[in-house]
Amino acid sequence: MSKNEKEPIFSAKNLKYLTSPFSANNPVIVQILGICSALAVTVQLKPAIVMALSVAVVCGFANLVMSLLRNGVPSRIRIIVQLVVIATLVILVDQVLKAFVYDVSKQLSVYVGLIITNCIVMGRVEAFALGSKPWPSFLDGIGNGLGYGLILVIVAFFRELFGAGTLLGFRIIPESIYASEGGFYSNCGIMLFPPMALIIVGCIIWAHRSWHKDLQEK
Amino acid sequence: MSGLRNIVDKLKPTFSEGGKLSFLSSTFDAFETFLFVPNTTTSKGAHIRDCNDSKRTMSVVIVALLPAFLFGCYNTGSLVGLEGLTAFFYGLVRILPMVCVSYIVGLAIEFYFAQVRGHEVNEGFLVSGLLIPMIMPVSTPLWMVGLGTAFAVVFGKEVFGGTGMNVFNPALLARAFVFFAYTPSMSGEKVWYSDWTMMGAQVDGVSGATALDQLATGGQMQWSALDAFLGFIPGSFGETSTLAILIGAVILLFTGIASWRTMVSVFVGGLAMGYLFQAAGVTTYPAWYHLIVGGFAFGAVFMATDPVTSAQTDTGKYVVGLMTGALAVLIRVVNPAYPEGMMLSILFMNALAPLVDYFVVEASISRRKNRVKTVK
Repeated sequence: MSKNEKEPIFSAKNLKYLTSPFSANNPVIVQILGICSALAVTVQLKPAIVMALSVAVVCGFANLVMSLLRNGVPSRIRIIVQLVVIATLVILVDQVLKAFVYDVSKQLSVYVGLIITNCIVMGRVEAFALGSKPWPSFLDGIGNGLGYGLILVIVAFFRELFGAGTLLGFRIIPESIYASEGGFYSNCGIMLFPPMALIIVGCIIWAHRSWHKDLQEK
Repeated sequence: MSGLRNIVDKLKPTFSEGGKLSFLSSTFDAFETFLFVPNTTTSKGAHIRDCNDSKRTMSVVIVALLPAFLFGCYNTGSLVGLEGLTAFFYGLVRILPMVCVSYIVGLAIEFYFAQVRGHEVNEGFLVSGLLIPMIMPVSTPLWMVGLGTAFAVVFGKEVFGGTGMNVFNPALLARAFVFFAYTPSMSGEKVWYSDWTMMGAQVDGVSGATALDQLATGGQMQWSALDAFLGFIPGSFGETSTLAILIGAVILLFTGIASWRTMVSVFVGGLAMGYLFQAAGVTTYPAWYHLIVGGFAFGAVFMATDPVTSAQTDTGKYVVGLMTGALAVLIRVVNPAYPEGMMLSILFMNALAPLVDYFVVEASISRRKNRVKTVK
């Protein structure tokens, strides 16, 4: 590509920034980042989805802002600047959640605030945004946020389905087969505990690496 | 016997390399070595060989489990008002589906992984498969037994690399899974009595707390200490009779399969902790009650002594044993949510055993180093 020719907004290269974190470079199951919140907010599907979107927004805009500022920030104080940017974004997200989905915001409690400490956000800013142009940085941030969210949603799907028999609050497993109603089934209480989320994440990693043979360590 | 050997020999080429069913070779190998002591020898170096390989070891453990199993059958029947042989057959019919489910699910997974990984089928599940039903309440639904078994075999064993590599005792892991996943089916008053109406059993409204529950809440139990020792109390299928378990312990110790160090120190640790609580006035019943109620004896004899998950060094066995016993009593007395602490304490000490071993080995190394210095 010559220097004067403008790169299309959704070129193959740019799209790759967006899509590679979904599978081959997933922040949770390949880089093993952001596990703590993946355990904490995945008891139900709805908070998991809200959390996923929040992280995607914070991650995308943090990358965008830091990429714009990257030539003006002395590298000595860059961590502080990053923290200020990320914290501002998190507060914005928190306020929006409180205003529009108050009940979910209450369920997520401190974990919205803890997005600041999510390794994925700062990791992408440090590793990508400080050395890249704004648009690829933004796509990279959104992609990583959604890649993280994808795992969150998968984990929450299994935990809510088997732990409570519902999905997004709607009953999936019929009442009639429960032991209390004369059937045989009961909810798997261990699904509500964080350790089970870790085991589900482990299973996803297992399945993913069986499929992506190049990720297997020798 | 030789007829069976001939059949096996005839079938062998089909399953060996190049044969029609060679992809099932590890399955065939498993059955062959289960029936006959393999005639292969190691190819490298000199080894002292004992004819007692791990399959034979497992068979002895199964024999040691039989007294507790047979008594469990009788007790299940006698708890619902039956007597004599009828009680025994009632319990046998009641428990067999659980045993079958546990073996079928566990072995299916073991065979599958052995086939996929191309190694021989591990024999460890022979014991786990019998232990799992024995440490669950007799009325546990079969699908829970199956699910717990599957969880234990996949996440307790296969992810670590199969038999001999597991960190936690698989049978206890199955129980722990079912306990935390389906707590109402594993504790409370209803579950300890069988609910099958057959052979004239009176199951209507039969329920009651275990001796442990009663001790934890009221400080006394409705049975005499002798009944608790002989096992005529409600509880998990195989755990009630301390006498039958001790017969099993004698078999294990006589054949040298289980470590007496672990076994004795678990009992000593539990007893010491029990006396401590008694002296402090926390518990009002005699300390040795802890040893005869609940799963203490069963855990000490068959679970804590697991050669894979227990400590490997002699000193380590004392330490882990003492702590297992003490911790079990500690959980029983201090934590009102868990009247039975044996499962949790063994699993916890399984996790700590490698650490204890590490310190024992380090201490030994530094002791020897000091000796070298003083000689100089």
